[in-house]
Amino acid sequence: MMEPWEENESPVKKFMFVNRKAPYGTVYALESLEVVLISAAFDQDVSLVFVDDGVYQLKKNQSTDGIGMKNFSPTYNALGDYDINKIYIEAESMKERGLTLEDLQELTYEDEDDDWAEKSSINVVSRAELAELMDAQDVVISS
Amino acid sequence: MAMLHIVNKSPFDRSTLDSCLQSSKDGAAVLLIEDAVVAAVNGTSVSAKIADALSSKSVYVLGPDLNARGFQDADMIDGIKSVDYAGFVDLVAENSNVQSWL
Repeated sequence: MMEPWEENESPVKKFMFVNRKAPYGTVYALESLEVVLISAAFDQDVSLVFVDDGVYQLKKNQSTDGIGMKNFSPTYNALGDYDINKIYIEAESMKERGLTLEDLQELTYEDEDDDWAEKSSINVVSRAELAELMDAQDVVISS
Repeated sequence: MAMLHIVNKSPFDRSTLDSCLQSSKDGAAVLLIEDAVVAAVNGTSVSAKIADALSSKSVYVLGPDLNARGFQDADMIDGIKSVDYAGFVDLVAENSNVQSWL
């Protein structure tokens, strides 16, 4: 007989976290990152989107010494270790802001199906492609 | 004496910078702080607007906020001046009045 907690094992759902705000001016970016890291503990299918001002969250060379706030941008490097390796950056948002992938930090993961080869987690997508990705989710959390 | 206009919202997210530029007089000073500092960066879809404003107004950026977001003075549109917190205080003292565009 199955124990109660073994019954109705919930299926894996597709969760998408949509980041739309620049860091530091509001607390949304930091809070979202914390929620994403917590979500990794639940073994769900998690993806992360950076769109609109959210692309600024991944800007290289952030230096917060002058504003007395914690620079949390290095924490994005931990996403790969939490098996969060589907990261989508919207191309139009980068272009409007004069940014290219060169301006953003690299995010990688080790692929266990490929002898732990280090691979990029970042996928640049168009607005139209992003609409398709969002449409395929079970849960979308935007901030 | 001129008025100091302070803008703190990203021009890609809110229209406060537009409102400020349209409702400020020639000779005014505009200070970009917090998320508004990205408006000072060269090569964006709002750069032309700022470059245009520079012909009749002084535009300043709070340097520590710019650096926090990963940009340096060299990334800015020519003609924008970077100030530190002491420079922020000087601007408030030098101008006859201050308007914060929240």
